[in-house]
Amino acid sequence: MKRHLVLEDGTVYSGQPLGADLEVSGEVVFNTGMTGYQEILTDPSYAGQIVTLTYPLIGNYGINDDDFESFRVQAAGLVVGEASEIPSNWRARYTLHDFLRERGVPAIQGLDTRALTLRLRSYGVAMGMITDREPTVALEALRDTPRYGERVFVEEVSTKAPYAWGVEGKEPVDAPSRDYQCKLVVLDLGVKLNILRRFAAEGCRLIVLPHSTPAEEILGWKPDGVVLSPGPGDPRHLKQVAATVNELLGRIPMFGICLGNQMIAHAVGGETFKLKFGHRGSNHPVQDLKTGKVTITSQNHGYAVDPDSLVGTGAEVTQRNLNDGTVEGIEVKEKMAYSIQYHPEAAPGPWDSRPWFHDFLARVGRAGA
Amino acid sequence: MVIGSGPIVIGQAAEFDYAGSQACRSLREEGLEVVLVNSNPATIMTDVSMADRVYIEPLTLEFCERIIRQESPDALLPSLGGQTGLNLASDLAREGVLDKYGVRLLGTPLEAIRKAEDREAFRELMREIKEPVPESWIVNSMDELRAILPKVPYPCIIRPAFTLGGTGGGIAHDEEELLQIGEQGLHLSPVHQILVERSLLGWKEIEYEVMRDSADNCITICNMENVDPMGVHTGDSIVVAPSQTLSDIEYHILRSASLKIIRALGIEGGCNVQLAVNPNGYDYYVIEVNPRVSRSSALASKATGYPIARVSAKVAIGKTLDQIENAVTKTTKACFEPALDYCVVKIPRWPFDKFESGNRTLTTQMKATGEVMAIDRSFEGALIKAVRGLEVSRKALVPTGFEELSEPDLEVKVAVPTDERLWALSEAFRRGWSVERVNDLSKIDPWFLHKIRRIAVGEYEPPEPNVFKMVDTCAGEFESRTPYYYGTRGDSDDYIPSEGQAVLVLGSGPIRIGQGIEFDYSCVHCAWALHDAGCRSIILNNNPETVSTDFDTGDALYFDPVTAEDALRVIRHEKCVGVMLQFGGQTAINLASALDDAGVPILGTSREAIERAEDRERFDEMLEKLRILRPPGKGVRGLEEALQVARKIGFPVLVRPSFVLGGRAMEIVHNERELVTFMEQAERASEGAPVLVDRYFPGVEAELDAICDGEGALVPGIMEHIERAGVHSGDSMTVYPPVTLDLATQWRMVEIAGQIAQELDVRGLMNIQFVIHEGEVYVLEVNPRASRTVPYISKATSLPMARLATLCALGKKLPELGYGYGLWSPAEGRVVAHGEPSHSPVYAVKAPVFSFQKLALVEPSLGPEMKSTGEVMGLDKTYEAAVYKAILAAGMKVPDAGAALITVRDADKAEAIELARTLAEMGFELYATAGTHRAFSEAGLESRAVCKISEGKPNVLTVVRDKTVNLVINTPSENREAEREAMLIRRACVEFGVPCPTSLDTARALLLAMKLRRDGTEVQCKSLVEYCPDRSSQRTTTPTPAPS
Repeated sequence: MKRHLVLEDGTVYSGQPLGADLEVSGEVVFNTGMTGYQEILTDPSYAGQIVTLTYPLIGNYGINDDDFESFRVQAAGLVVGEASEIPSNWRARYTLHDFLRERGVPAIQGLDTRALTLRLRSYGVAMGMITDREPTVALEALRDTPRYGERVFVEEVSTKAPYAWGVEGKEPVDAPSRDYQCKLVVLDLGVKLNILRRFAAEGCRLIVLPHSTPAEEILGWKPDGVVLSPGPGDPRHLKQVAATVNELLGRIPMFGICLGNQMIAHAVGGETFKLKFGHRGSNHPVQDLKTGKVTITSQNHGYAVDPDSLVGTGAEVTQRNLNDGTVEGIEVKEKMAYSIQYHPEAAPGPWDSRPWFHDFLARVGRAGA
Repeated sequence: MVIGSGPIVIGQAAEFDYAGSQACRSLREEGLEVVLVNSNPATIMTDVSMADRVYIEPLTLEFCERIIRQESPDALLPSLGGQTGLNLASDLAREGVLDKYGVRLLGTPLEAIRKAEDREAFRELMREIKEPVPESWIVNSMDELRAILPKVPYPCIIRPAFTLGGTGGGIAHDEEELLQIGEQGLHLSPVHQILVERSLLGWKEIEYEVMRDSADNCITICNMENVDPMGVHTGDSIVVAPSQTLSDIEYHILRSASLKIIRALGIEGGCNVQLAVNPNGYDYYVIEVNPRVSRSSALASKATGYPIARVSAKVAIGKTLDQIENAVTKTTKACFEPALDYCVVKIPRWPFDKFESGNRTLTTQMKATGEVMAIDRSFEGALIKAVRGLEVSRKALVPTGFEELSEPDLEVKVAVPTDERLWALSEAFRRGWSVERVNDLSKIDPWFLHKIRRIAVGEYEPPEPNVFKMVDTCAGEFESRTPYYYGTRGDSDDYIPSEGQAVLVLGSGPIRIGQGIEFDYSCVHCAWALHDAGCRSIILNNNPETVSTDFDTGDALYFDPVTAEDALRVIRHEKCVGVMLQFGGQTAINLASALDDAGVPILGTSREAIERAEDRERFDEMLEKLRILRPPGKGVRGLEEALQVARKIGFPVLVRPSFVLGGRAMEIVHNERELVTFMEQAERASEGAPVLVDRYFPGVEAELDAICDGEGALVPGIMEHIERAGVHSGDSMTVYPPVTLDLATQWRMVEIAGQIAQELDVRGLMNIQFVIHEGEVYVLEVNPRASRTVPYISKATSLPMARLATLCALGKKLPELGYGYGLWSPAEGRVVAHGEPSHSPVYAVKAPVFSFQKLALVEPSLGPEMKSTGEVMGLDKTYEAAVYKAILAAGMKVPDAGAALITVRDADKAEAIELARTLAEMGFELYATAGTHRAFSEAGLESRAVCKISEGKPNVLTVVRDKTVNLVINTPSENREAEREAMLIRRACVEFGVPCPTSLDTARALLLAMKLRRDGTEVQCKSLVEYCPDRSSQRTTTPTPAPS
């Protein structure tokens, strides 16, 4: 049987079925990381997207019970060169195919992912559909589906009810498993579990709140600081979140990650714009403008903060991408808020920016030894 | 000042020419003046155009100090010349030379290098930063070794400190083995130190290539997974990049550890970190760190496109990674981590096809001479490509060649790593063995086994490649302007169109004995010459160690096997107007008929000419027609015919297969009995082609290379072999200009070259080998292609031979290029008239370098079969001084005084007496075996008789082992019995570092060197241009290349 990836401009890539026998549409993007497909699939920031992995051999180490970044597969679909039939790793529990099937996620393999990647690089990311139907028929259906930029994915991926996270993992909000030196609120726009794990490893207890939680309610938890999580979609849709962040500015230390970075920008009146094909991978160099130091970072974003829009807002650009110069970090000094566009929690990707977790705790005055 | 790595030996090969050349260019790009020293003439880095001043001098403390005194460099860059360069830099620092002349050391500080290389210091540091290292014991003496015998967990690994490619190391399974390997290791380590370590046999072996700059920016270039688990030297392992069986967490645990380590060490530049990983858990051990560019870094550079040496050089002079451009994309910076969207497989190339007696088991001591790399979008595809490109007898995984093997024998072949294990695995799967069973025996990860199984049982059919994709460092994320491609199956092609008529240059494939870096040297010059001539030079090669596969050597690089099918694909794709195959050694020449059949124009010498030179009968006809003498002989099939021919022409005869490299299975045969034994071997090696049986003349051998344009030949120089006929030309010491050949003889050779060039219509290079017997010049063989001696004689005569040959192959005539026909005279910078002497301002002696220390059980004597892996050149204004420098550069010890053991065959006794007398006059005490002792006594020469090994002690072996003698002269005997013993002596010499010439001619040369040193004669130390003024550069129509 043939399976197709149909792009909105009518380009068709044909391959073999992988995962669930379902049809799905979404924004087709690519990630250049060579490991970390399990983390990518379960990262809420990929909601609504069909992820192409540029490394052609995927599934080599299978799917394990640990490396989940949320409680479900978030990506709409997956495009790979070749999915390994026989995974080999001591933690492997399922093959990629079986896992995707069980989770109801369609995928396609056996196509030229480099050809697809070069196309996305040249013409920008595009809407696409994984389908077993005749491509021309599927294309009609694809044109009727809402575009990625029109949907508000944060509503779909954010937690519906508050929960807490400690060293043991998820726990009821009112039953701390032990004493913590610090309490942070995480405003869940699509949080990755490794953000929670990393803060917990630093001795924090985290209260994860729905994205729509009002500022006063957030402060009512009496946290030492607020973390604005990463998340999917166009940040311009999140007017209410931006307003909440704006209310919090100056009242409590805030640390934004990825979408959180963009929300701080919007909160001070800045703007964001869509990148042609985004930054998705484990090898992006980011330069700290003060020290000149470069860090290799894990990235996953399709939108970026417009630096010109920050002029006069009190926010300043602190870090830039070494490749394309886009904004990688901002700070609102007066208001105790700062943020980074990349992922200090990695998962997948390099651990080089892990010190940010400690750094935030130091800023809130709660850093452990 | 940049120090090169010297001659090619196992464990330190062409990758350092690649690294050094890239570094020199990188430094000059920054406006620095570069002084280079390297003793290896066969390198691109020692071309006069690569540095501001090039010294081809021995890589010793003494010569380096002289160069530093003369040049007063501001700084020294030590990390690009392999272990040799690093050790020399450490010596210069320790001896106070650097301080004395105010030379700053660039890049990684010496203290960091010491911490990385000194086992104890390294372990201490690892403990400080809490990185795990396997339990181990540092041993400095035999007493210490004996003390730990009961404590060590067996099997254990022995690693001598500061040796190349793990020389002298091994795995011991019990106390006895530990004692034996440990003793050898202690001896071979320059600091007499070994490490005995818990064996991690069966753990995964993972490497990270990392880079750090002075601002503490750290990046990973590439990680690699060894298919062979721990226990096999990574240079002997099949390696894949990136890692395949590590999850993201595991990948980053190891990456973080690697970066932590280079930060703790304070590395500035490239560095290699090797780790052992538990296949069943998160735990790992740090195995070792190489604080410099290495073979692995060359592989990582080619695998990712990231030029590690180039960037390392810039980091060493203080640039930070964010200030350096990504030379491949030209749109991004060097401060990033390459993303691969393909799979890379490296397979080593071992010399066991030549050394049938060698021990093929792979251990922690590297044995491979070279390697191939293959790129494809699947592991299976890359593996199959790599096998196709290896140029071994098996061209695919099936047939396996083990079809007849018994079940238990196959189990052993699967369990024990050898050069043939890949085929044993394939055979096991062909027989239906399960992945589980094979994994149990081999410990190879099931992921790889599953893939190999798919190939073996025919589940995987390699798809016909239809496109070429780019190696762009970034998995397509950014636009890249560098045409570095591999062939694969796909939907889109990454071709970058470009101006100029495309010409394909075929590379020489993996480095092996008989086809080394010399051929890459010629290929690179061919590519440059083509570019300068307005062509688009396209390189096809699969050797990751070389300059030719640097992404900017040609106008485009195709990293695929050098086979007819791959070449044809590239030719069609690039619309090549022709192919250059005379520079890529036998690998390329062998494709002549297939490419010609496919209608591809072969530029330069025609297929017809190649075949006339190779086909014995047609070759004889030609020589007869031209009235050129050759030793009587014939191509034969079968023993009967061989005996017939031998009887007719008379013994001794030289027996050799046709169409093989480096004199493989070639032998001087003295009687019918030997012929019977040897014919069988020769027929096997000949693979169906006739075996050549020729009269053997024990005369002086000489050779020449000529540049031909179809009208005539320009002979840069005649090279005389120091060893008389019988020693393979690649293993002979060679001198230019000749020292014993008279003018008439030399001109006869030049005349012969001209005649043959015209007759064969040679366009490009040609090499002719001669033997001079009773005043007559006989031709031994003609090779209408670039030879091993091209770089050596190019440098000795300062003629850009490969460049001129390329232009001739394109149709230019020598007079148009400013040259004439005849013999080149470097002193005058012109061709001299017939019969006139040529003058060279310098003697250039080439000496072979062997890797016998790496190859246990290999017979270390010289003969018609080539055994050397590399070469050095000694330059000076007298012959003696040039010999001395060549011997010194080759790493042979030149003893001033002591005792010599002499044991020679009967035919050599008279000559040996003369040598012995000289030694005695120099104050040497003489030891001799019974026969030799008798001959000495009769000649009135005092010597001590030493008994045979079987006769008790002291015997020939003990005097070597207990250092009673520091020189052994031993010539191979015709008596096989005596030979067995002689081989033990020679092996002992190799293992204990005692010089042991096996030809009286070599011994005489060594004596010249010893005398010169004793007499305190001053030798020179000059840059190449000072020795041989480059008068040719103004003559070439195009400037000497300064490739960018």
